[in-house]
Amino acid sequence: MKVIVPVKRVIDYNVKVRVKADQSGVDLANVKMSMNPFDEIGVEEAVRLKEKGKATEIIAVSIGPQQAQEQIRTALAMGADRGILVKTDGEVEPLAVAKILKAICEVEKPGLVILGKQAIDDDSNQTGQMLAGLLGWPQATFAHTLEMGDGSAKVEREIDGGLQTVEIKLPAIVTTDLRLNEPRYASLPNIMKAKKKPIDEKSPADYGVDVAPRLKVLKVSEPPKRQAGVKVKTVAELLDKLKNEAGVI
Amino acid sequence: MTSLVIAEHDNKTLKDATAKTVAAAALLGQPVHVLVAGHNAGGVAETASKLAGVEKVLIADDALFERLVAETAAALILGLAGNYDAILAPATTNGKNFMPRVAAMLDVPQISEILGVESPDTFRRPIYAGNAIQTVQAPAGKKVITVRTTAFKPAEGAGSAAIEKVSAPADPGISKFVGEELSKSERPELTSAKIIISGGRGMQSGENFHMLDKIADKLHAAVGASRAAVDAGFVPNDYQVGQTGKVVAPDLYIAVGISGAIQHLAGMKDSKVIAAINKDEEAPIFQVADYGLVADLFKAIPEMDEELTKLGY
Repeated sequence: MKVIVPVKRVIDYNVKVRVKADQSGVDLANVKMSMNPFDEIGVEEAVRLKEKGKATEIIAVSIGPQQAQEQIRTALAMGADRGILVKTDGEVEPLAVAKILKAICEVEKPGLVILGKQAIDDDSNQTGQMLAGLLGWPQATFAHTLEMGDGSAKVEREIDGGLQTVEIKLPAIVTTDLRLNEPRYASLPNIMKAKKKPIDEKSPADYGVDVAPRLKVLKVSEPPKRQAGVKVKTVAELLDKLKNEAGVI
Repeated sequence: MTSLVIAEHDNKTLKDATAKTVAAAALLGQPVHVLVAGHNAGGVAETASKLAGVEKVLIADDALFERLVAETAAALILGLAGNYDAILAPATTNGKNFMPRVAAMLDVPQISEILGVESPDTFRRPIYAGNAIQTVQAPAGKKVITVRTTAFKPAEGAGSAAIEKVSAPADPGISKFVGEELSKSERPELTSAKIIISGGRGMQSGENFHMLDKIADKLHAAVGASRAAVDAGFVPNDYQVGQTGKVVAPDLYIAVGISGAIQHLAGMKDSKVIAAINKDEEAPIFQVADYGLVADLFKAIPEMDEELTKLGY
């Protein structure tokens, strides 16, 4: 069974973003970029499936600028076998990403596509579900555990009230939540080996997908700022303030 | 045309998130219908029909919808979509699960987690864990929207909408619900509690969370946690407040032993009042807290418990 793991190049999760003064977006000049953390969990899960003999080949796909091949290399160093870079300029919306992935799935015929549940830049939480809808495949989002069966998978999902288990027929889409696994660090020999693994370069046109944004971003602004309040000295003082000043208890 | 709101419920009660989504839908300036997909959920439809601003309630009552699995939910909504030009759902784990599937099958973009409606086609939504707010304009055509419910006040009762039955689609047969493990608690739900007390890595163990339970019982509060506390296995995943967990905006949020990573702040910084207890006075949480107490939580929390008793809580 082939497994596809889409990986997105995003601002590193430790970076504090700054909104540009002209409100056209956030400042990405000279900031550290990394693989979206949820996608890393997806790559790790795929590698574990391969180690358990459940997956035969792992294909890491990134849709983004030329530099997104760094994120594909990271996936290759973690254990993916080959990469596909679909080169684009500018933002690509989740629907267009899903359409490109659909076209790739039609060529590669994977048994499973494992995506991060959301990217930490646009926080959309859409691509996996959209891909499932376009392909007519089942989806198990926010995966907490993944257990492969014969022609199916059992997935425990993180939901608002706790955990829910669903069984989905393969081929299927899984999106990762935080607790699915803890991604490994690539070892130096594996990083060296990853340099020799093949990455195919493609364009959206190769898949017949129009990536022009459908939504128009009018502006990007700073959220309202909270001011730091006061420090209190004792628990009694804290409760007094909450009761008599703020009136919230 | 008309907007359709997908109700959040557990077949017994209609969740607050629905009334808030109806309030958001009303801002689109067109009639609002509510879809209740459930099983033996007549009571829920009844409650929904009384929400102000709701013109009609559609009920799809079928064993297939006992639990809302994405594939069947999307099939049902797609069957109805022709009559609507906007479809909205609260950004709960349910709404987040089936709505993008619906959007893709309609070939329209989804607008996730709106915080505000600027005009019927223009919305505000958070990006980068709420560190930036994007104002986006949707193209002409159907709109598929999820709503961050903390940003809207619930539509209050007073309506009397008609209830109409709709039939269930065929089961696509590609997925099935197996089981559920829900946290049981007598306390209010995190997303609707007026007071929340949350613990972080500083709590050191799951046992220690019982100290927070005691305070929560006194204040009728919900108990939450930071990602660090959930990852460490102190408490279950449904306690998590943050960018990728629950987003809350109670009247009072008490952060205990939480340093205040941006991913956590993303989930609680819209709380009316924030109080923080942390032994590290440099902890970023103090930069957003209205009241900060630099103290060892293992002394401060038992003391708070005693003081509350003295105050008659």
